[in-house]
Amino acid sequence: MSVGEKHKFLDAPDYDVTQSGRRLTLRASGAWTLLQIAGIDERLRADVDPLDYDNVTYDLSDVTALDTAGAYLFARAIRCDEDVCYPYELQGAQKGQETLMRAAADAAMGRPAPTTRQWYDTLTRMGRATVKFWDETYDTLAFLGQFLVVFAKLLVNPRRIRWKSVVALIEDVGLNAAPIIMTLSFFIGAVIAYMGANLLASFGAQIFMVELIGFSVLREFAVLITAIMLAGRSDSAFTAQIGAMKMRQEIDAMTVIGMDTFETLVVPRAIACLVSAPVLTFLAMISGVAGGLLVAWFGITDISPVLFFSRFQETIGLKHFWVGMAKAPFFALIIAIIGCRQGLAVTGSVDSLGARTTSSVVQAIFSVIAVDAMFAILFYQMGI
Amino acid sequence: MDWTGFDPKAMPVEARGIVTQFGNNVIHDNLEFRMASEEIIGLVGGSGSGKSVLLNTLLGLKNPEGGKVYYYGRDRSTLSKEERASMKNKMGVLFQGGALFSSLTVRENIMVPLREHTDLSVPLMRELADMKVHMVGLPAQATNLYPSDLSGGMRKRAGLARSLALDPTLLFLDEPTAGLDPIGASAFDELILGLREAMNLTVLMVTHDLDSLYRICDRVAVLVDKQIAIADSLPNVMQHPHPWIQEYFGGPRSRAAMSAQTG
Repeated sequence: MSVGEKHKFLDAPDYDVTQSGRRLTLRASGAWTLLQIAGIDERLRADVDPLDYDNVTYDLSDVTALDTAGAYLFARAIRCDEDVCYPYELQGAQKGQETLMRAAADAAMGRPAPTTRQWYDTLTRMGRATVKFWDETYDTLAFLGQFLVVFAKLLVNPRRIRWKSVVALIEDVGLNAAPIIMTLSFFIGAVIAYMGANLLASFGAQIFMVELIGFSVLREFAVLITAIMLAGRSDSAFTAQIGAMKMRQEIDAMTVIGMDTFETLVVPRAIACLVSAPVLTFLAMISGVAGGLLVAWFGITDISPVLFFSRFQETIGLKHFWVGMAKAPFFALIIAIIGCRQGLAVTGSVDSLGARTTSSVVQAIFSVIAVDAMFAILFYQMGI
Repeated sequence: MDWTGFDPKAMPVEARGIVTQFGNNVIHDNLEFRMASEEIIGLVGGSGSGKSVLLNTLLGLKNPEGGKVYYYGRDRSTLSKEERASMKNKMGVLFQGGALFSSLTVRENIMVPLREHTDLSVPLMRELADMKVHMVGLPAQATNLYPSDLSGGMRKRAGLARSLALDPTLLFLDEPTAGLDPIGASAFDELILGLREAMNLTVLMVTHDLDSLYRICDRVAVLVDKQIAIADSLPNVMQHPHPWIQEYFGGPRSRAAMSAQTG
């Protein structure tokens, strides 16, 4: 046994309690420190709590070490009447221990009420979430309105637009996203072709693959893939950037200097998205159709590119291209607005940054798909 | 406190021949530093003189390029894993911004070291955390607040409460009064003095607050020219001929702080 272990062993805390009249005497021994008291806490509580007494005398002559945790356990034995606590007495305490006991007694007397969870907690939380949902919707629409006002003013006076940051953002939002969006769209085109090939071949109608690919990629998939990728890539980046600026009070500094946050942060991001989204959608259409074409050519159906394109020209009207393209700016605006709004809603804590970034992406993708559904109904009613 | 392997009577912290360099940039050259038991020592030095690096070295967050750090008579590099852990429990640190975990309430923050290193029951941990909150002079309602709901001064107090969670014998404070108003700063000074008396703390504070230096520091160590030029009581330090020290303590702010102390 090493010296240290022996030391520890000898120092195990112990006590004995005696009561005479209204006075309790607690005679303690050993080391009453944080690492030793775990075992004795319950025992002391069980011994002392049921007793009926007023004052306590602590005999610390045999205590070899005392820290705040040990002192606190002692101090818990102090009894209080309404808001007056009975004084305690110390015997055999060293000077430091006296101070420690005073601090502990102080703390033990002013214990805060424990927080308890109520049974209707779930209901409260559901109510809060519902209210929060409506608040979020309202705030996002208000933000959109505010943005449109600022944007309209800037369109009248385009020199005030920060073109430098617009260009930098277009590089980030548009150019850098092009490869991944084209790759994804290529795969989607190929997958549609494979699915259609099997089904249509069983009717001997393989040639309709061209329509299937053309309609779905031009009208829906190209623009949806673009919007979802933008929501994942750029919308989250907007929220994180602006949120971090908010946390370091950069936004406050800008406001004080007299810069409009909409002008400096929101409008450039919105313009970058508005410019990038249609271009990216166009690229996604090209690579989506290319993916379908390759599967049609090399896959089971053996449709040559010449046949593919002549059929494409014949059957797929230009309007389908415009249906897809027309949706791009709306999705772009949704993404920019939600990203910026969530960023500006970040408060001081790291948690809120994480929560806002999450809800930013979720809201953006949700809104994009919801708006896409509305467009589908609209175009159907219009007969396009 | 588990003293296995350590000598509680030895010097709490001793740095011998510390050499620190980043690339070719030498920060500390053969630096010597000692802390005596239960003293409050202030560490001053110009911006970029390597105070924070020295603090990190003493804390064990950074290994020096040369020299050794001794804790209670033991060379840090020879400590076993268990001894290292027990040494860590003897040290508390208050970082400049408080460094509270922002996703946890004040009480949960203080409970983190307790959960990590003790096997106490959760209710007892809660009570001990509330006691620490009380000891550092925070109102009881503060225990359930998140760090972002606290003012700068309260955050420092909460950070101090967390650093005291395991009843350390060594307390390191990085600019504890920076950013506090004079009333808050002097209350914080008083708090440190009171805690030292109650918990027998040895305190190292990196500070630029001249009032703190005059009021609570037993000794002041000056880090200048890559070494500790002098570590002595304040009147002796002020006699030191080094031009930086003369300028530091002879400036108008220093004289004002001194006359405030001597009345």
